Amino acid sequence: MAEPSPQAVLDSLRPRLERLATLDAPALEAEHIAILGRKNGALTGLLRSLAVLPPDARKLVGAAANELRKSFEAAFEARRAELAGQQRGQAGSALDLTLPGRRRWVGAVHPVTRVVEEICEIFHGLGFNRAVGPEAETEWYNFQALNFPADHPAMDMHDTLYVDVGGDARPGDGKAVLLRTHTSPVQVRTMLAGPPPVRVVIPGLVYRKDTFDPSHAPVFWQIEGLAVDRGISFVDLKGTLLHFARQFFSASTRVRFRPSYFPFTEPSAEMDVSCYLCGGSGCPACKGTGWMEILGCGMVHPDVLKNCGVDPDVFTGFAFGMGPQRIAMQRYGIPDIRLLFDGDMRFLRQLAGGGA
Amino acid sequence: MNISRKWLEAFLRRPLEAREVAERLAGLGAPVDAIEPLHPGLEQVLVAHVREVRPHPNADRLRLCDVDDGSGTLRRVVCGAPNVTAGRKYPFAPVGSTLPGGVTLEKRKIRGEVSEGMLCSARELGLGQDHEGILELETDAAPGTRFLDAMAVADDRIVIDVTPNRPDLLGHKGVARELAASYGVPFRLPEIPGSQSPTLPTPDRKPTPAETGGVRVAIEDVEGCPRFLAAVIRGVQVGPSPAWLRARVEAVGMRSINNVVDATNYVMFELNQPLHAYDVARLRGPAVVARRARAGESLQTLDGVERQLESSMTVIADAEGAIGVAGVMGGALSEVSADTRDIFLECAWFSPRRIRATRRALNLSSEASYRFERGVDLWNGPEALRRGVELIQATAGGAVAGEAVDLFPQVTHPPRIFLHPARVAQVLGVDLPWHSLEKYLVAVGATVVAKPADGRLAVDVPGWRPDLVAEIDLIEEVARLHGYDNFPTELRPFRVGDLPNAPAEVADQRIRSGLAAQGLFEVHTLPLVPAEGEESVRLLNPLSAEEGYLRSSLLPSLSRRVEANWSAHTRDVRLFEVGTVFRKGPVGAPPVEDRRVAGVITGGREPGHWTAAGKSEDVDAWDLRATFEAAVALAQPGATVQVEGGSWVALSPEGQRVGWAGPQPADAPPWAAPLFGFEVSINASAQPEVTFTPLPNTPAADRDVALSVPSAVTAAVIETTIRASGGPLLESVGVLDEYRGAGLPAGHRSLAFRLRFRATDRTLRDKEVDTAVQRIITVLQEQHGIQLRAS
Repeated sequence: MAEPSPQAVLDSLRPRLERLATLDAPALEAEHIAILGRKNGALTGLLRSLAVLPPDARKLVGAAANELRKSFEAAFEARRAELAGQQRGQAGSALDLTLPGRRRWVGAVHPVTRVVEEICEIFHGLGFNRAVGPEAETEWYNFQALNFPADHPAMDMHDTLYVDVGGDARPGDGKAVLLRTHTSPVQVRTMLAGPPPVRVVIPGLVYRKDTFDPSHAPVFWQIEGLAVDRGISFVDLKGTLLHFARQFFSASTRVRFRPSYFPFTEPSAEMDVSCYLCGGSGCPACKGTGWMEILGCGMVHPDVLKNCGVDPDVFTGFAFGMGPQRIAMQRYGIPDIRLLFDGDMRFLRQLAGGGA
Repeated sequence: MNISRKWLEAFLRRPLEAREVAERLAGLGAPVDAIEPLHPGLEQVLVAHVREVRPHPNADRLRLCDVDDGSGTLRRVVCGAPNVTAGRKYPFAPVGSTLPGGVTLEKRKIRGEVSEGMLCSARELGLGQDHEGILELETDAAPGTRFLDAMAVADDRIVIDVTPNRPDLLGHKGVARELAASYGVPFRLPEIPGSQSPTLPTPDRKPTPAETGGVRVAIEDVEGCPRFLAAVIRGVQVGPSPAWLRARVEAVGMRSINNVVDATNYVMFELNQPLHAYDVARLRGPAVVARRARAGESLQTLDGVERQLESSMTVIADAEGAIGVAGVMGGALSEVSADTRDIFLECAWFSPRRIRATRRALNLSSEASYRFERGVDLWNGPEALRRGVELIQATAGGAVAGEAVDLFPQVTHPPRIFLHPARVAQVLGVDLPWHSLEKYLVAVGATVVAKPADGRLAVDVPGWRPDLVAEIDLIEEVARLHGYDNFPTELRPFRVGDLPNAPAEVADQRIRSGLAAQGLFEVHTLPLVPAEGEESVRLLNPLSAEEGYLRSSLLPSLSRRVEANWSAHTRDVRLFEVGTVFRKGPVGAPPVEDRRVAGVITGGREPGHWTAAGKSEDVDAWDLRATFEAAVALAQPGATVQVEGGSWVALSPEGQRVGWAGPQPADAPPWAAPLFGFEVSINASAQPEVTFTPLPNTPAADRDVALSVPSAVTAAVIETTIRASGGPLLESVGVLDEYRGAGLPAGHRSLAFRLRFRATDRTLRDKEVDTAVQRIITVLQEQHGIQLRAS
């Protein structure tokens, strides 16, 4: 039996083009091999046999055959895509994607720790490194070195817890041991340890003889900062703290400085920041004033420098201190300081952020 | 300190707005805690003119009044007051207005006659106790004028927060001085109504003892009482204070007592100088002496309490005994009463330290002790005494007997301080012109006495500012008056320090983030705890026994936090804390501090999920071990976890016990899972070591071996033996499985290990691996009697 003419082959293949849309995946692949297969595909064979045709016929049949090949290729591609889509659709109907995923325990640092870290990092950017010191101190480091006048009402600002260490030290003599009422003793230790320039931030726990109530705790966190060098002035103090406020709260934060009193700084100031909840228009959080009291600061008192072996005629410095617990409470709207000590998992999860 | 807005207005002679005053004071360093409007609820009361008064047709005691309230229509008011008189002006509460007591007036009939409002007594307006008649007004104000505007009884109490360095702000004069400096206006003492001043010449300095008005006056304790001024006023009429004085005294929160006592309080709140008035008739001697208390001496103070005195205290005494605790509280014996005719007025200065020690020893504070402790003006005594005498004479009459005296045995003067403008620039960062410095210092009452050629200012500071003792104090005054917000806010170039972050902080941070990654939440607990044992460090003055000691361990507090979570029905609890613990140090030395990290875990190993019906297995000892190992790696790099008794410990490379882990006792509800905990001492000087070893590019060969193990042999021993006998090709050993039960010889369990072999330079042949495994099995058999189980 003679081979069918190329034209006949083309004619016989055309109907199969239409049928592709009805084939399932295995049949489609079998058909692909039968028509376009590299070895025995009908159309592949036809195209290969064109070489032996006379030039005129070759041109005519060749064009038609090539066109059919392209049509088949496009149709196979389309049907494959269609089948693949159907398969995905079937898989989707098997899984209810609205069901919850499988979680793992994720922990978090304490919200106050996070505030402490943030604050220290901002000051780190201004060349301040972290310093720490003991929580139980002698009175000298906590009071006398810091220019607290002995037996003066300024001492009443710090209700102090004293530690029983035996011996003959008595409160007021400088040698009695107490729980530090601020982290300022570390300022003293830092200055005594080496010459300026000094730039440190001091995070840590401090103690006051305060009963536990919604706004007081016998223990709280404090961060202090200290910069001592030649040429440091009140202008640097203001510039540094404004930078901090804008980094910590927002770039549009405004600050104001009010005179205040701390025995270890002079001039002393309180810094207020424009309320970051209402932007300064007045709200319950800022008691309608538009300002929030955020930290105390001042130029290091010359007598403190002297006590710490730093020549106050040559060196000047500034110091500041703030309460990260209060900042955290304001920031997150926490009404009761005791929540920060309760260790309640529900509270810790709420404040963890980041999906804990 | 309570400040009356109207009192300030009297000093500054201008109307003030409380809120604006508060802003100014805050800017000057005296923040305002509160502004309390006094006599609220009088906004709707008007000044009314009574045109005509007629009898009430149906009642003898009532009258009908035609009242002009400025509305253009005469109001008919029924009034029962005996003093209502046609042609006079009275406060009038129209229909619809509400009075301070909360009564809202309605139009109603009284005994058949319509009444359209009420003419008010002082008591009805909350202005006093007088209810005998209605309040007659001495005013030119037109009918219909608001009562508050016409009579100016409304006041604001401004509560300022005075820092301990500023005693001058404990008097209205000091506050007025600050405001005057801020506004750039003058101020002066308000005039005293009814006064024919000046009544008293400046008292004469006298040596001690001296005599005034027949009373002997002496200072025997010059240290406790460096200055004592006094005057005797005879023939006073003790009685209620006039309305203006009572208003002042009540505005600052004091109770009005009588004209003499109110006058002394007035001077205290005006000039920050406590005065004390004694009844001359009750002074034995008569004498008044400032001396130390005698051993065993006691005194009943004005509050009715019998006080035991000590010789460290200064007292005021008459010829026979103490009549007052100097500067703290007077005695009941010589108190001014309604019968008092002659008074002895004391104006003294007591040593702040002495007062502080005394009031602490007696646990007795007063407005006077508060002021003496902070420091009153040592040089203002004459002015204060004259003011007191003037006030008493204006309100209680009487005449000064003899000459007032001023005992000041060792005269001193306020300090002179030199201010270098270059130092001002060094501290404040800007150059302020000479004339600004002078202007600011003069504004706070200092005298710039000379401008010597060496470029400094000589400044005599005022006596009311005991806080100004050194140059830096003047620099603060300059900054304060210049206004902190008027200095530039610049980030100028700076040098950084060389100190790195404290290693303790670096370690804390590493541990916190590491344990958070283990799924634990950081908590903060109170370091103050009940007694924990012999080594517990005790507080001398604790708040309570429950908080009487410093913690010696973190775990107990964490267990209490777990119990609190259980109380809130939280079953899955995973907590850690980084904190300091304390133990006793050498006698007299601070306690020894140790930085620790502790953690607790209980509840599900994973959060429940619907694919497991919401259940998860509970954490067990193996979860604890892994968490503990993580904590040890973070807190004690180089330490190893070992078994000790029924729990795990961490041993430092030196063999010291630096950590512990195990089950934790706790008061657990029946539904709670077991509680596990660990605590590790932090070694901040050790760093976790991080090294790189080249990744292998040859395949590994794994062999699993199941061993039948006598029960005395531990997994750790087997692992050590395997490692020792495995040869250079053995890369790692891991436990696969433990099995106890059927199919094993008695007293045996099965342990399966996966051994991984690798040569770094070639692919291993099976035979090499088999040989190594066989060698391991042989050694295990020889050393521990362990058999390979048939698999």
